[in-house]
Amino acid sequence: MELNSREAWTVVHGLVLGAVFLLAFAGGLAGLWSLRPGFLTTGGIRERMRRLYIGVGTMAVTAWLTVVTGTWIVYPWYRESLAGEELPGTCEGLVKPEGDLCSPRDFLRSNVSGDTSTWHTFGMEWKEHITWAAPMLATASAFLVIYYGPRLVSRPWLRAATLVMFVAAFAAAVVGGVFGAFLNKVAPIV
Amino acid sequence: MSTDVIEHGDDLVPELEPLHLEAKPDGPGAAAMLAAGIGIFVLGLLTTLNEASESLSSFLEDFQGSVGVGPLAGKTILGSVAFFASWAILGVLWWNRNVNIKKIFYIGLALGILGAVAMFPPFFEAFAAE
Repeated sequence: MELNSREAWTVVHGLVLGAVFLLAFAGGLAGLWSLRPGFLTTGGIRERMRRLYIGVGTMAVTAWLTVVTGTWIVYPWYRESLAGEELPGTCEGLVKPEGDLCSPRDFLRSNVSGDTSTWHTFGMEWKEHITWAAPMLATASAFLVIYYGPRLVSRPWLRAATLVMFVAAFAAAVVGGVFGAFLNKVAPIV
Repeated sequence: MSTDVIEHGDDLVPELEPLHLEAKPDGPGAAAMLAAGIGIFVLGLLTTLNEASESLSSFLEDFQGSVGVGPLAGKTILGSVAFFASWAILGVLWWNRNVNIKKIFYIGLALGILGAVAMFPPFFEAFAAE
């Protein structure tokens, strides 16, 4: 049982960091949602805030690590031009991307194994851009939670605005996560 | 202490009183909200302009060094710089100041939505150079 370097980085980018991001989001959402008047005692607010600070902070850090590893480590392997100027080139006859012959992007664009080009032109193109909104939104919402702290209990509009940004960060990450999973199924990085 | 909270037109919350919270100015919070909108808007704008202009695409590609990221390198670096730089500048300008945070939030939201639309492939591909 072993993973090569590319597979290991794909796992770190999508599975490890993705799972931590998801856990941090779930905890942060539950914590933020319950910061309402009458829901918690004073002691409960103190206890809840500590976990909330850790949750939103973890989500922000994880979001940055995910997009940086995805863009600067994994993505160059995806977009290598190996098949030549004219597709399908060396992708001809393949059912999966292959080592030095056919990168995942070459493979998808060449349509040598079904109608796959839209996975790149829509799926990957959307994923590689929109996911960068996630760390910005997660960082800004984490700052709002840490800056205002328990004051969010008494400011429903501000809490709602923070929740909008927090959920938007997650939504942007979902686009990346879902397309990342499908793309890795259709054209894995090997 | 509760009067500080009421100054913002907020709910009176008895369970917060034992925490003796001082009111915080909204400037820094508004700066974070607007910076997120600016960062996403710049990223979206560069994504669309990259399709329309080959010279800009080449400029954005130069940010990749020897890594092979392509124009995405420049788009994401400049988008992140816009986010952090605007946050730093607005944070300094609005430090210890109260601003209309609702208005700022909606401006940031509008910028974020425009940026997200500009990053949607059917939109930016419509600007692709022939």
